Amino acid sequence: MKLADLAQLLGAEFVTGAEYADREVTRAFAADLLSDVLAMVQEEGVLLITGMTTPQVVRVAEVMNMGAVLFVRGKYPTGATVEYAAGAGIPLLAASGDMYETCGVLYQAGLLPARRKGFRLDRPASPSRPPA
Amino acid sequence: MELGRVVSELGLEPLATGDLTRDVQGGYACDLLSDVLAHAEAGDLWITHQRHLNVVAVAKLRDLAGVIFARGNRPSPDVVARAAQEGVNLFLSSEPAFEVAGRLHRLLHP
Amino acid sequence: MTGPQAPPALRLKRIYEVAPRDLERAGTVSTEVRRELLALGMSPEVVRRASVVCFEGEMNMVLYSEGGRIILLVKEDRVELLFSDRGPGIADVNLASQPGYSTAPDWARELGFGAGLGITNMEENSDLFKIRSRVGKGTVVRATILLGVPFF
Repeated sequence: MKLADLAQLLGAEFVTGAEYADREVTRAFAADLLSDVLAMVQEEGVLLITGMTTPQVVRVAEVMNMGAVLFVRGKYPTGATVEYAAGAGIPLLAASGDMYETCGVLYQAGLLPARRKGFRLDRPASPSRPPA
Repeated sequence: MELGRVVSELGLEPLATGDLTRDVQGGYACDLLSDVLAHAEAGDLWITHQRHLNVVAVAKLRDLAGVIFARGNRPSPDVVARAAQEGVNLFLSSEPAFEVAGRLHRLLHP
Repeated sequence: MTGPQAPPALRLKRIYEVAPRDLERAGTVSTEVRRELLALGMSPEVVRRASVVCFEGEMNMVLYSEGGRIILLVKEDRVELLFSDRGPGIADVNLASQPGYSTAPDWARELGFGAGLGITNMEENSDLFKIRSRVGKGTVVRATILLGVPFF
């Protein structure tokens, strides 16, 4: 899906990077916790859907080679976040819908979830081992 | 839609279940507790990557239909125990929040 | 002349200072490291792993430590990231390393930090990972990514 089509579908607007409107995204990852993004996203060009507008979000998007960042819940990034994204060439979009609804619309429209190559087995927690 | 049906349609693993006949009104996907407190609505199913103990308190306070821990993010036994005590429904899904939200949305708004 | 015992040649060394609670700049060391590694022609996979390790180490330092430094060493056969801070140290490293365990204050959680995955993410993206900590002294982490070694 082109970013332009995505914006139209959601009624979202480009905060910066409108020149990348023709960029295609096929997979998405939705989270507010940055460590989750770092842990789960392994492919390039993934769309990040988040409600966080800190500059760190854009830095994570940059180091993970993500395709674009879509801010939800009406969050509109400003200042350092936008400047950094513009400099790094990462398009930012803002939508008024919440994360659930946004994911619902994009999933329905055929966007796929970002994949991870291998999952760590998340067993029920065990008590802390004593230091070796 | 009845919670029990949502659970089987989405293939969720039940961790703590009080009332599976509850009506699911909608969904809310968020990892920020303050935002859920402010914006989630009673009867919502909350999809989160968070697994902090306070998740249970927030779900109880907002009278949510339940919590889905996404991407196989299993909460610790004390979280599950607290939920059982408080009558809060907890579920686990191996899918990330984007997919859980997408499938729940399609189920509730076909 | 390099004998079999000779250490791998150093291709690059960079030292970055990290200030405590500087949320304006937090994450910039990681983006710098990424740029350096891309400029050296490293594979996208190695760059991604090093960036993740660096970002998490840097965030831990910004959020929890009294400040410190990150050293990037690129050798013929490896990328090394060394993190050293001035305290306060971690009382139970095993506990702190468990996925989901976090001592993050509410303000940090509300900014999207403190998921309790920092050390896990660092370890999972390293081939060799060593963490030493002493309460009252500080924490030292050495994360190594080996080049030309399969990563699963």
